Amino acid sequence: MDDTAREPRRDVKLKTQSVNLHYGDFHALGDITFDIPSCAITAIIGPSGCGKSTLLRIFNRMNDLIPGCRVEGGVFLNGSDIYDKDADVVALRQKVGMVFQKPNIFPMSVYDNLIIGPRHHGVKSKQALAEIAERSLTLVALWDEVKDSLHKPGLGLAVGQQQRLCIARALAVEPEVILFDESCSALDPESTMKIEELMLDLAQKYTIIIVTHNMEQAARISDMAAFMMIDGQKVGRLHEYSPTSDMFISPKDKLTEDYITGRFG
Amino acid sequence: MKINPRVSEKIAKGLIWSAALSVLAVLVGIIIFILAKGLPIINWSFLTEIPRNMGRSGGVASPIVGTLFVAAVAVVLAVPFGIGTAFYLAEYTRENAVTRIIRFSAESLAGIPSIVYGLFGFIFFVIYLDLGWSVLSGGLTLAFMILPTVIRTSEEAIRAVPDTYREVSFSLGGTKWQTIRKAVFPSAIQGITNGVILGLGRCVAETAAVILTAGTALRMPASIFSPTRTMAIHFFILAREGISMDNAYGTAALLIILIFFINVVANALVNRFVAKGR
Ligand SMILES: Nc1ncnc2c1ncn2[C@@H]1O[C@H](COP(=O)(O)OP(=O)(O)OP(=O)(O)O)[C@@H](O)[C@H]1O
Ligand SMILES: [Mg+2]
Repeated sequence: MDDTAREPRRDVKLKTQSVNLHYGDFHALGDITFDIPSCAITAIIGPSGCGKSTLLRIFNRMNDLIPGCRVEGGVFLNGSDIYDKDADVVALRQKVGMVFQKPNIFPMSVYDNLIIGPRHHGVKSKQALAEIAERSLTLVALWDEVKDSLHKPGLGLAVGQQQRLCIARALAVEPEVILFDESCSALDPESTMKIEELMLDLAQKYTIIIVTHNMEQAARISDMAAFMMIDGQKVGRLHEYSPTSDMFISPKDKLTEDYITGRFG
Repeated sequence: MKINPRVSEKIAKGLIWSAALSVLAVLVGIIIFILAKGLPIINWSFLTEIPRNMGRSGGVASPIVGTLFVAAVAVVLAVPFGIGTAFYLAEYTRENAVTRIIRFSAESLAGIPSIVYGLFGFIFFVIYLDLGWSVLSGGLTLAFMILPTVIRTSEEAIRAVPDTYREVSFSLGGTKWQTIRKAVFPSAIQGITNGVILGLGRCVAETAAVILTAGTALRMPASIFSPTRTMAIHFFILAREGISMDNAYGTAALLIILIFFINVVANALVNRFVAKGR
């Protein structure tokens, strides 16, 4: 494992090295090796059940919560192994935020939803929390819409607003990477468009990884595309990883082509 | 013979409705009967005087205090242990020998008739630990009696909290404890409170387990070491020994009002402090 010692390339934010993941006896991910560039959008695509969410959740170690789940190989954030024995999971999750499929707002006020993360990390002062709330809401272009209803229930917002609130909530802990697991699949086209614009915006400063079933979305917003596929043993593998424009214009092989043109999946 | 599904649907609906309605009618009937007999007895002196002449005259001030005192001791003891156990079972362990033993014990304890708790409390607290007939003996006994209820309802409430809440909290860098406090507990509190209210209601209404442990003393309890008599025991004795049916009804009506009041107050507290934003 001399990778830890080697200076990572400047533009690589996350890197996996021969990652294998098992859920108990089930081999879910096989030999995944790829580099994720910093300040760009990387899309993970592939048919249902090929392990996209599993791969995504490796980056913030959410798989730790699943009994019997084992990860082998190396996963590096800024060059250091996040699965190292001494790695701090809490600090990792502060750096690598996540937005889920459904907008999962807590049954609390907009404001209380926003400050959960900062509170976890010990921010106490009312003033500081209020500033964080305003800053993160501004980032997701929600401030003007909700500034007068900060103390009303978050669940009272429209679904699209709720999802933007979830993004703001993830931004409130000042992450470096944000993972989106099919975060637009529950939204109408207009809200989806707003979120896509937002992602493009955020990619100036943050490293973004999305899982999506929507090929147009991947083509529209992502810089890199990772196409996953299961092999004969149902093991999820990275079939092709290339710049999105390359993949969509000249896919490596027939399988990738068939998938991105919607012939299966 | 084949019944038309639309007809059988109507019949089933009718039967189910009438079952529910008759249960409701009986319940409401009982409550109205007791309130009708009891409410006219209740007045200021009934509430503020201690019983005189075995309860034939005077009021029920000391049984009211005794009831609240014993129930408070029970709840104060049972709630932290019950909720702690529930969180242990639901959040900190997977199914193993220990959780199975805890769950089996709790379920067995829940099925035991209250008189058995009374007997246990009498032998263990009153005699062996020499606490005598007292608020403390009664409260301890009731704490054991309601513990399974508190554990089970709390565990159910905790398990009913969607996993997505935990995921969100963890994904924001929360620790287990922060996740439990900030994400799980606020959502489970309603169900936990319901369990506690259920337990409190059982304490307030219990007779068999307290008569053997708290005693039947009529004076005002001075401390947790004093013997006392709860309202339920008071009207049980008034009615069974034919001392005063009127005062028995009066006490029973008060007990119903008290239980109603506990429910309203507890729900209001939950809404005020925890469930805001819902
Ligand atoms: N907690 C788990 N325990 C066991 N197996 C799991 C678990 N989670 C996922 N799997 C299995 O791992 C494989 C990959 O699942 P994953 O959810 O990562 O797929 P996905 O590509 O995200 O699918 P989808 O597009 O439907 O979201 C599937 O076969 C799934 O059944
Ligand atoms: Mg998925």
